[in-house]
Amino acid sequence: MKLSLKIWRQEGPDKEGRLVRYQVEANPHMSFLEMIDVLNEQLIKAGEDPVEFDHDCREGICGSCNMVINGVPHGPLRGTAACQLHMRHYKDGDTIVIEPWLARGFPIIKDLVVDRSAFDRIIAAGGYVSVDTGSAPDANAIPIEKVKSDTAFDYATCIGCGACVAACPNASASLFTASKIAHLALLPQGDAERKTRVVRMVDQMEKEGFGDCSNHGACEVVCPKEIPIDAIAFMRREYMKAVLS
Amino acid sequence: MSDSILNARIPEGRLEDKWQNFLDSCKLVNPNNKRKHTIIVVGTGLAGASSAASLAELGYNVKAFCIQDSARRAHSIAAQGGINAAKNYHDDGDTVWRLFYDTIKGGDYRAREANVYRLAQISNNIIDQSVAQGVPFAREYGGLLANRSFGGAQVSRTFYARGQTGQQLLLGAYQALSKMVDAGKVEMLPRQEMLDLVVIEGKARGIITRNLVTGEYERHVADAVLLCTGGYGNVFYLSTNAKNSNVTAAWRCYKRGAYFANPCYTQIHPTCIPVSGDYQSKLTLMSESLRNDGRVWVPKNADDKRPPNQIPESDRDYYLERRYPSFGNLVPRDVASRNAKHVVDDGRGVGARGVAVYLDFADSINRLGVDAISARYGNLFDMYERITGENPYEKPMRIYPAVHYTMGGLWVDYHLMSTIPGLFVLGEANFSDHGANRLGASALMQGLSDGYFVISHTLGDYIANNSFPDVSDSNEAFAEVESESSQRIEKLLSIQGERTVLEFHRDLGKIMWDNVGMSRNREGLGSAISEIQKLRDEFWQNLKVPGQATTYNKNLEFAGRVADFLELGELMAKDALHREESCGGHFREEYQTEEGEALRNDEEFTYVAAWEYSDLNGESTLHKENLEFERVAPSQRSYK
Repeated sequence: MKLSLKIWRQEGPDKEGRLVRYQVEANPHMSFLEMIDVLNEQLIKAGEDPVEFDHDCREGICGSCNMVINGVPHGPLRGTAACQLHMRHYKDGDTIVIEPWLARGFPIIKDLVVDRSAFDRIIAAGGYVSVDTGSAPDANAIPIEKVKSDTAFDYATCIGCGACVAACPNASASLFTASKIAHLALLPQGDAERKTRVVRMVDQMEKEGFGDCSNHGACEVVCPKEIPIDAIAFMRREYMKAVLS
Repeated sequence: MSDSILNARIPEGRLEDKWQNFLDSCKLVNPNNKRKHTIIVVGTGLAGASSAASLAELGYNVKAFCIQDSARRAHSIAAQGGINAAKNYHDDGDTVWRLFYDTIKGGDYRAREANVYRLAQISNNIIDQSVAQGVPFAREYGGLLANRSFGGAQVSRTFYARGQTGQQLLLGAYQALSKMVDAGKVEMLPRQEMLDLVVIEGKARGIITRNLVTGEYERHVADAVLLCTGGYGNVFYLSTNAKNSNVTAAWRCYKRGAYFANPCYTQIHPTCIPVSGDYQSKLTLMSESLRNDGRVWVPKNADDKRPPNQIPESDRDYYLERRYPSFGNLVPRDVASRNAKHVVDDGRGVGARGVAVYLDFADSINRLGVDAISARYGNLFDMYERITGENPYEKPMRIYPAVHYTMGGLWVDYHLMSTIPGLFVLGEANFSDHGANRLGASALMQGLSDGYFVISHTLGDYIANNSFPDVSDSNEAFAEVESESSQRIEKLLSIQGERTVLEFHRDLGKIMWDNVGMSRNREGLGSAISEIQKLRDEFWQNLKVPGQATTYNKNLEFAGRVADFLELGELMAKDALHREESCGGHFREEYQTEEGEALRNDEEFTYVAAWEYSDLNGESTLHKENLEFERVAPSQRSYK
């Protein structure tokens, strides 16, 4: 199939970016990233610079890939990262617009590559349990209700890709931050640091330039791990409990 | 060839007591002195993140590096199945001894007894540590941890977190690392690639890195360097490894004097989604657990091109069940993979390209119902459908083996130290624990054992026993190595030939897969060596890398890595050629039993082959570490 692509090209952080039009011949069995590989080979052969984009595992778990496809982070398939999207969902003659995550908290490095180090700083602001190596009790010492543990797991599946931020009209990192807060607060292991954790992580999120949540819900729609927005309500309750007590 | 015996520094005492004897006698570093030492950790997968966190907790200053944009994205994240531990929570007869024995037998008696025993001993601590960090392992309704049997083990010792065990363990280690970043004890440097090792007065004292955003070279000084950079499966171009996984850091160390051990030991995983076209960029694994309920078959007749559902039972060959009546579809990975290759070579492969076999769930669905199968494998079935566009509930899956893990790696002694003092190698990057074949659910165990529980003690012993004269980054050795690194990058950019990095990588992959893959023979290995040499020459004359060295440039990164793969591939072929026996994942066609199974030659090859770099056109020198089995008697693996 023949496709028209309009891809965001930007040489560097301080350079102006623009959408550039390309033509590419794709095969329905290709993944979306393989389609860009084909385009890049074409560009290199023609003496042009290839489109830079982050990618690594290409099986939807590392969270590297980040592109807004026809206005939707990771493209049209629910619960699917861009690397797992296949071209059979497009047809001959389609035009596809590909842009990077656009958010104040994610400065552009080049083309579709952005700087997501803010997420690491949010986790470093208490998104952990303080247990030094060697000091753990036997793993079965604390039974944990299966339902609770499974719910904590649902939040823990976040891959840190940043689609939630890219989809949010406020460029809020609330779903990302709330997922970690909920994962750890639901487990007894995370209980001791529960209050300081939520306050520090939320403060760090604001410091990084992400907006606040106003309940649009776009984040949960695009999340490749389908983490529900109730995480954010949970985070708000945790925050209130922490600052009021 | 030299037959010098390497000293693995295995502690005295009974197998069961060796690690304790080491702990009792190793030297300690005074807590106040630890902060005077800087340790470099390269790579932030399970081994890297866990060691960086643990060493920082002890008080060392740690600098951690990764090539991804965040430490959390290292390829350990993609491990699906689980992690073994000899907890015996189900009282089904598991012991440290049994975990040890299964691992050393599974490795076809080509691993070091003392290391494997230590691994089994430490396995339980890993589970405790991970759970305390908040890793949400699967639980029973009573609130206690659940286990499953995995990879044909006769006990339930595998802890798991749905199909995302690697992700959850890595996030646990990443959070421990983040805690120490927060505490100011770890400096985390993402998007940095280690280009070389700096050795001063015979000791590893630092590394040269390249900032992958700005292209700047950086010099980092330390008292020890930990390489936690994973495996080299991407030498085959197509593998289940992530696209950024590479051998460069390990290969640079090899060229600085670290020996490379057993490079030919590669694991080919039997259940992966087959290649669909030339554009294919990587392969996706489907968990081994599928073989618990799926039946593997191909048509009996090579000309049978009917859709699978129209092929009657009488025209199907369930070849694993036929050849291995007692293990059937659950034979170990190496055996299952080789048999799939045989039927495909026989012309009986399925799918459009004829390079696949069926994994059929129809019988299980009839017996247990769709709901039960969906509860067990729903996420895997969804993933299969997402990639292939076919519904495995209605049509058998098509699967084929793919490169998944490399058991070989830099040689290390019992302390995890390479042949360069001060250079330690952890996790998949070293060669130590899996012999010639790795069992399922043991890679995560090894990465975390090395990182959380071994290195803190063995590194301390090294620091306490050595002196570290002041070295600054203006030292001549740093300047020299940096200049070599930058010249290499400039050279890659300056060739401006006709063919892209991807084309060279694909060509190399084809040579490797055809000749150094699942089945190897003298003639094929010989021709692989000359073809690789030819391809390497062409690479350095006809490569085309776009862009500059001063901006983000993924093609340039990959060019450097492919250059190293082009050298590694030759050493792998050479190692495979010299090992005139079949063992585990290394199958030499000349050495098989009458029934076509791997035939070891214990008399001549019960050793680790550790290769010392000389120069590329000359012979690398072979050193042998003889493997001595004090407690187990090597036997022929049989799954009939």
